[in-house]
Amino acid sequence: MRLLAAMSGGVDSAVAAALAVDAGHDVTGVHLALSPDRQTLRSGARGCCSVEDAHDARRVADELGIPFYVWDLAERFTEDVVDDFVAEYAAGRTPNPCLRCNEKIKFAAVLDRAQALGFDAVVTGHHARLADGQLRRSVDPAKDQSYVLAVLTAEQLAGAVFPLGSMTKQRVREIAAERGFAVATKADSHDICFIPDGDTRGFLSRRLGEQPGPVVDAATGATVGEHGGTYGFTVGQRRGLGVAVGDSRPRYVLGIEPVTRTVTIGTAEQAGVTEVRTARPTWTGPVPRLPFHAEVQLRAHGTPVPCTVSAADDGGLVLRLGSEQRGVAPGQSAVLYAADVERGDLVLGQGTVVSAGHPVPA
Amino acid sequence: MTYLDHAATTPMLPEVLAAMTEQLGRVGNASSLHASGRAARRSAEQARERLAEALGARPSEVLFTGGGTESDNLAVKGLFWARRDADSRRRRIVVSPAEHHAVLDSVEWLAKHDGADITWLSVEPTGRITPEALRAALGDGDDVALASVMWANNEIGTVSDLAALAEVAHAVGVPLHTDAVQAVGQVPVDFTASGVDALTMTGHKLGGPMGAGVLLLRRDAECTPLLHGGGQERDVRSGTLDVAAIVGLQVATSTAVRTREERAVRVSALRDRLVAGVMAQVPDVQLNGAPLDDVVAGGPGRLPGNAHLSFPGAEGDALLMLLDARGVECSTGSACSAGVARPSHVLLAVGADADRARSSLRFSFGHTSTDADVDAVLDVIGPVVERARRAGLGRR
Repeated sequence: MRLLAAMSGGVDSAVAAALAVDAGHDVTGVHLALSPDRQTLRSGARGCCSVEDAHDARRVADELGIPFYVWDLAERFTEDVVDDFVAEYAAGRTPNPCLRCNEKIKFAAVLDRAQALGFDAVVTGHHARLADGQLRRSVDPAKDQSYVLAVLTAEQLAGAVFPLGSMTKQRVREIAAERGFAVATKADSHDICFIPDGDTRGFLSRRLGEQPGPVVDAATGATVGEHGGTYGFTVGQRRGLGVAVGDSRPRYVLGIEPVTRTVTIGTAEQAGVTEVRTARPTWTGPVPRLPFHAEVQLRAHGTPVPCTVSAADDGGLVLRLGSEQRGVAPGQSAVLYAADVERGDLVLGQGTVVSAGHPVPA
Repeated sequence: MTYLDHAATTPMLPEVLAAMTEQLGRVGNASSLHASGRAARRSAEQARERLAEALGARPSEVLFTGGGTESDNLAVKGLFWARRDADSRRRRIVVSPAEHHAVLDSVEWLAKHDGADITWLSVEPTGRITPEALRAALGDGDDVALASVMWANNEIGTVSDLAALAEVAHAVGVPLHTDAVQAVGQVPVDFTASGVDALTMTGHKLGGPMGAGVLLLRRDAECTPLLHGGGQERDVRSGTLDVAAIVGLQVATSTAVRTREERAVRVSALRDRLVAGVMAQVPDVQLNGAPLDDVVAGGPGRLPGNAHLSFPGAEGDALLMLLDARGVECSTGSACSAGVARPSHVLLAVGADADRARSSLRFSFGHTSTDADVDAVLDVIGPVVERARRAGLGRR
């Protein structure tokens, strides 16, 4: 196949490209320049991280003897990922930008362009398995990235190749070291790539400004504190609430109301939910017949919970959870898995969380 | 493989390789007084004399440098500092916005860090700088440190009349530097006859080695050094002479100048056939720069080996990638070191919009180019352009 390897400059995508070459494919490397600050890319020639990453990716491509190019997708990334991220927080939700980037950039803008240019598929270093069109969790549970890929449709998955899903991260690093890649020991990236210092609240406050509002105790309705902007909070959050309520029991964020800028907090009992409603879902394969039983993962790195999936009147899903959960934040993705002991968990699809609470008694 | 990127760098001439290999086996610092040093110095000075002869300069006007970028930096900064130090009113630099980044970034560095004021010259739609434009920008010249105008543009190949420009600059007492990296060996270049005060050239654009360049500097031009040390090269450029590179540079330059006319005829015929062939397959293709048969000051108005084309609706980097995959090597013009394609500042300077600037390719012919190279491009260009257009832009 003619494959386009998206090379971030990290160890995973380097090894993924190498394995694609080993498998006998005709591979071309591409580094996606996503920094909205174009100037950084040029002045950064004197030492900014995105230029270093491009250099690292190019080094690996040169070692592999494959063509390598840089594609400037900054404009689309800014619109579809960064601006979306800010808008979601402004609306009181908690977005996942990596998921959005996979949905809109890597397996949309990049894949479309690759296919138009004559490539069959895009190779990435994601830790997930993809065989016969079926997306499954990685064999390395600590590194599994199926959660942020669950938004991909069957059509998008048909244009994707994930060579790393059946190996551990440790094995990836070993392969990189065996091949003498300089990136073999490069640190994993943990942060949101466009917030390199990790200070999400600071980034949002620069974009959205100071937006003070009340912190309200759900039990009494009393205002128990002030905050500088609802974007500093996420549903289920416990630390950093900056309020003192009479008793010493922990408090959690129960809800965020962006219009009145109200953050509602409550106790652990009040924070628990047993039903989650999502927006219109996407499916990685054939649309399943509703209702059905599945496992749902409600946030990146969350623990899967058994649930019953049924249709809501508005085209979304209603998920009845098998056990009470805390911290189900609107904006996060509810990813549905079919537990498959033999072959590993199969990703069925996902829906964006709209609300969470308890079933309304009939 | 079809190599049509001679403006980026050229294959080394066999006689250069032979001359350099011979030198590389020898010991001797050209500054040493013993026999080995004298032998090295003899080789370097012989090269200096032959190079001067090829370029219409005196040997003492030849300063060896580490390449075109260094020569541009030395000329722009060195002339600015020397002229300003002699008269503190001279802070203005008159420069074309279509210069190579080695000049542009030097000028902008001086503006940012050393109080220089930049006056941008107006550029003709062909990319040429006219004497009238220079005259208007210089004014009475009292506050001008230097002017810098490239002899031939590296992207679109437009040649300016440096003799006429030097006359205008000298009329108001302003020294003129020219980046002639692309011009030497392609069009007639005579340093003394042109009257320019400083001229940049480099070896690897005409069959010589990389990392070897020259600044031709008139004896009466004051130039403050960038590199201090052993006082080589008239105290303007310290550093042990790289004799092998200097010999290679000289052999390449002498050969390129000697064979220039014959090669220009051959190469421009190839270039013309390429452009005509592309136009036949892609009727809306646009030629950037001066017409193919343009004439300036009695010589070519466009570099004989340069074809710079815009393909509306296609992105230059998509075209480049598709051609590369089919064994055709060309260029989109300037890319930063991260490799991000940006609209060419040269095309923007000549009035092209960002889309036209982004959709361009440069094919540059040189001493190894053949008819087969033209055929290779014409075999694939139609489908490549069509495919790149379908791929559209990475934007909405």
